[in-house]
Amino acid sequence: MKMLKKAASVALAAALALSLAACGGDNGGADSRDPDKFYIGGIGPTTGDNAIYGTAVKNGIQLAVDEINEAGGINGYQIEYSFEDDQGDAEKSVNAYNTLKDWGMQMLVGTVTSAPCVAVVEETHADNMFQFTPSATSVDSIQYENAFRMCFSDPAQGVASADYIAENGIAKKIAVIYNSSDPYSSGIRQTFEEEAKSLGLEIAASEAFTADSKTDFSVQIQKAKDAGAELVFLPIYYQEASLILAQADTAGFDPIWFGVDGMDGILSLDGFDASLAEGLMFLTPFTADSEDEKTQTFVADFEEAFGDTPIQFAADAYDCLYVMKEAMEKADVTPDMSISDICDALKTSMTEITIDGLTGTQISWTADGEPSKEPIVVQVEGGKYTVLK
Amino acid sequence: MTKKKKISKQTRSNIITYGIVILAYIIVQTMINTGSISSLMEGLMVPLCIYAILAVSLNLVVGILGELSLGHAGFMCVGAFTSAFFSKCMRGEMQSDGLRFFLALLIGIAAAAVFGLLIGIPVLRLKGDYLAIVTLAFGEIIKNLVNVLYIGKDSAGFHFSTQDVMALDADGTMIISGPQGISGTPRDATFLIGVILVLITLFIVINLTNSRSGRAIMSIRDNRIAAESIGINITKYKLMAFTVSAALAGSAGVLYAHNLSSLTATTNNFGYNQSIMILVFVVLGGIGNIRGSMIAAVILTLLPELLRGLSDYRMLIYAIVLIVMMLFNWAPKAIEWREKYLSFGRKKKEAVK
Repeated sequence: MKMLKKAASVALAAALALSLAACGGDNGGADSRDPDKFYIGGIGPTTGDNAIYGTAVKNGIQLAVDEINEAGGINGYQIEYSFEDDQGDAEKSVNAYNTLKDWGMQMLVGTVTSAPCVAVVEETHADNMFQFTPSATSVDSIQYENAFRMCFSDPAQGVASADYIAENGIAKKIAVIYNSSDPYSSGIRQTFEEEAKSLGLEIAASEAFTADSKTDFSVQIQKAKDAGAELVFLPIYYQEASLILAQADTAGFDPIWFGVDGMDGILSLDGFDASLAEGLMFLTPFTADSEDEKTQTFVADFEEAFGDTPIQFAADAYDCLYVMKEAMEKADVTPDMSISDICDALKTSMTEITIDGLTGTQISWTADGEPSKEPIVVQVEGGKYTVLK
Repeated sequence: MTKKKKISKQTRSNIITYGIVILAYIIVQTMINTGSISSLMEGLMVPLCIYAILAVSLNLVVGILGELSLGHAGFMCVGAFTSAFFSKCMRGEMQSDGLRFFLALLIGIAAAAVFGLLIGIPVLRLKGDYLAIVTLAFGEIIKNLVNVLYIGKDSAGFHFSTQDVMALDADGTMIISGPQGISGTPRDATFLIGVILVLITLFIVINLTNSRSGRAIMSIRDNRIAAESIGINITKYKLMAFTVSAALAGSAGVLYAHNLSSLTATTNNFGYNQSIMILVFVVLGGIGNIRGSMIAAVILTLLPELLRGLSDYRMLIYAIVLIVMMLFNWAPKAIEWREKYLSFGRKKKEAVK
């Protein structure tokens, strides 16, 4: 009996170890791939706190892929597309990347958020796979030559905002309210303040809040008011910004408000009194209300397909696909090339193309992966976005 | 005679626990070498080791000491950030990567142990719900502290700030930059190191449990007053269990930091979500059952990844599986059913006796 139990335990342990090892044991990715198709993968948070951004990117890519496939594909080859959830977490993101690799991915559009992107770019660099992030803004997220980005980097946004304010003489005394627990927000704030100081603007107050305390801003608003700020710079997302605008109104504080691309979407926020945002200026590559024909078509198609107005993340992702199409056509990439060869070909052709997209005109890339495009400043006037520059 | 038999039974159980780990390692390593394993599984091996270590170490506090701690991810965070800090500073300055990782490991473990000791002294005066809430708060404090910490290094030495990135000389680099955390940590963690750490963790926890100190710790759990009355130094033994557990969590943090090149402190990796997740491993695997918590950690880490095929329903199915497993393991009716119909249950144990 005792022997039996011993044997049973050992057998059980072996079975466990085996089942552990056998889980998803097929390594068929590369072999089961259809040789006449490009396999493009996407990674982003479709669940969790940042789900709104991940879902927008997922849908943006989907729309572009459907359009490209309908129009005959890239170099005559159709695109297969798969999107994996990473919950905005670096560790999960690497898992998502490995899952996509097993699926047969040849090029990656992602990741959506910065911290996971830093982790994933390490992997794509090791595999020499082409990576194109629509929206990861931190500097490190495209630190290798195989990675490119569609959006502005954090420093670029901070510098552009400060330059715009100084050049147009909008204000001299500036207060900043930012989210210190968010890399995006604190990253922009840092370069903004550096640039503002070097341009002779005065930072009268710089007040932080964190993700755990983002409902009551009375202290920050009061400090900005006491410091006599003419302009308040808000490098944050529109959800918190809407609260700040409402609470400042109650406190009788009415400076010029200036935001960055996270502000896009504030007018369509449920329960927000749009008149509070009157005069608000922000820097953005894309607004859904733009009169431009290309944008109008994109917004209409997106709304039809997903029943939702696209935010700039969707536009960035949509542009990514068309940029890749352009680069792949330029380099004559075919699906039978190895992942590494595709990457090397695209690395060169990416720096040679110039493209007009939804998020900018005459966009080109340098070898370090940064796009050069002109930011647009929009202002809210009469409940609508008006393009200033 | 009976005593001898009992000891050997214990030893056998331990050998099985170690055996599972070694066997799993050998099988997986062979599969990696022959290339018959998916990239996903290969990439998951180090995280599996990390969660197994965390689950086993928390079991020491929850199962053996009998106190509920909800701040385990906080100790992991301390280990991760101190070791990543060291590795980032020393990257390129030390010849041997192995030695650098070993030192980083020691530093991470030591830092987590110190924090465990410092937190333990005031906190262990509490018990039950109070202890749980204070440890929960501790975990959050650590996470938030890391998020406002800016440390840079240049030729003039280290610069600290809790406000923003300070001006550094031309040759300076930022090491920790607030919410952006540490990026560019060398990826030194390998599956082999992970498995060795799991084995060391098991060795420490199992031997501590079976030692004189371990029996003292368990006596505190079973009856504090009785233990005190026979002269057991309650504070000492409680602190011992708490500190060892924190140090082991720190080693898991070191592995975590050196497995990814970007390290940020968020709710999901070092906040209460993670602490609760580790507690779920322990409860599901069996409070006080070392082997069980290790297996539960492996299964629950694998599950959401293997369910990726279900896309949007993934987390829903995961939650349902969690509930079903919990019921199957712990509901009295389910235990009764298992005893009746499954060959390996409590009944069989009784039959052996």
